[in-house]
Amino acid sequence: MDQELLILQFQKKDVKAYEKLYNLYCSSISGVVNNIVKNDDVAQEITQDVFIKVWNNAESYSPQKGRFFTWILNIARNSAIDYTRSKKFKQSKQNLNADFFVDILETSSSLDSTTNTIGLTDFVTKLGDTCKAVIELLYFKGFTQKEASEELNMPIGTIKTRNRTCIGELRIMLGV
Amino acid sequence: MNTKEYIASGILELYVAGSLSEKENEEVHATILKNKELLIEVRSIENAVLQLTAAAKKDAAYSFDDIKAQLTVKETKVISIKKPKTNWLQYSGWVASFLIGSILMYTLSQNTQLKDQVANEKQQLEEQIDKASTNLADAQKLIDIFRDKDIISIPLVGQQVSPTSYAKVYWDKKTNSIYLDAKGLPDPPKGKVYQVWSLKLTPLTPTSLGILDTFTADANKIFTITNENQSEAFGITLEPAGGSLSPNLEQLYTLGAVSS
Repeated sequence: MDQELLILQFQKKDVKAYEKLYNLYCSSISGVVNNIVKNDDVAQEITQDVFIKVWNNAESYSPQKGRFFTWILNIARNSAIDYTRSKKFKQSKQNLNADFFVDILETSSSLDSTTNTIGLTDFVTKLGDTCKAVIELLYFKGFTQKEASEELNMPIGTIKTRNRTCIGELRIMLGV
Repeated sequence: MNTKEYIASGILELYVAGSLSEKENEEVHATILKNKELLIEVRSIENAVLQLTAAAKKDAAYSFDDIKAQLTVKETKVISIKKPKTNWLQYSGWVASFLIGSILMYTLSQNTQLKDQVANEKQQLEEQIDKASTNLADAQKLIDIFRDKDIISIPLVGQQVSPTSYAKVYWDKKTNSIYLDAKGLPDPPKGKVYQVWSLKLTPLTPTSLGILDTFTADANKIFTITNENQSEAFGITLEPAGGSLSPNLEQLYTLGAVSS
C-alpha cells in the first residue's frame, strides 16, 4: 500500500487507513517515549495519547513540513518531555541521569524480540560512543543539529556526517 | 550538488530525525519530489530508524483497538467543531428567532391596535344605535302626538323681524302640555334666547311659558312645555339671555292664534 495514499486517507479520517499507519509506527513511537520516560506503563499511556493527538490534528500535517513519521516522532518526543517536566514524573524519583537507548536495548527482556532486535542489540552495543550519543540526541531526544553540536561539543558539520556514518552502519546491519 | 553528494551530505538523515529547520525541511521536500532516488534513500533511512527506535520499546502490548473507541468519539467531535457551519447555523437561528420574535411583537401590537379600534368602533356603533333607537322612540312619540285627535295643532307664522321663520305648537289639553316644533327658527344670536309666550288676545295678556335655552343644542328642536293657560295664541320672541318678564314685541319672531 502506498504510504502517501494511506496518509491522505488518514487525513480524511479513514479509521482503517489510520490503523495501518498505527501498526507501522506504534512500536517506534513507544520505543522513543519509553527511552525518555523510562517507564513502560507510562510509555504505553503516552503513546496512546500521542496517536489520539495525531488523529485529532490530522489536518495540520503537511508533507512540506517533513516526513509523516517524523511528524509523529516530534509529537511523541514533546509529549514525553512534557511528562518528564510534570510533578508526577519528578515524584516518581526517576533517575534523570538516564541511560541511553542502548541500555534499554540491553536490558530488554526480549521475550517477543525479533531476530533483528537481537541483532540490533549486538550492533548497538558495539557502536562507538559518539554514534550512540548522536543517535540518542537526534532520533530519541529530538535535538536539532545545533543543539546536538553544543551538547556534544562538536562542530555542526561533524554531527551531520557522523550521523550519516552511524545510520549507514545501521542500514548495512539491517540490510535496508 | 549532484544526487550522490546530496545524499552523502547527511541532510536526509537529519530530515528524517526532524532536526532541520522549517525552511530546510521544505527545501528537502521539494528536492525529493524532483528526484526519485532521494525518496528511496529517505525511505531506507526511515526504515532503519523505525527499526532502531522500535527496539527500544519495552514489554507493553499495543493494540489499535485501545484507541479506536476514542477516535470515533473524537471524529464526531471534529464534525461538530466545524465552526463556520455551526456558527452560521447558530447565527441564522438567532436571526430567525429574532425575526420571528419581531414579527410576533409587531403582530401582537397590531392585534392590540385592531382590538382597540374594533372596541372603539363597537362603542361608537352602540352609541349610534342607542341614539338612533332614542331618536326613533322620540319620532314614534311625536307621530303618536300628531295623530292624537285631542291634540290641537297651531301654526305660528313668521313676523316682520323674521318673515321666513315659522313654528308649530301641538297642544294637548288633557295633559296641559304643548309640544313646540321650532325647527323653522334661526339659531338665536349670542347672548339672546327665544322665549315662548301664551297670549290672551282681549285684552292682550302675555304669559311666559319659558325660554328655549337649549335651542342650539337640541337636535330636533321639539320642546315639551307645560301650559295650564286658556291660551288664545302663542308667540315666540327673542329676549336677552335668561328671558324677560314681558315680551319684546319688536322682536316677535312667530305668532299663531288658536282656532276655536
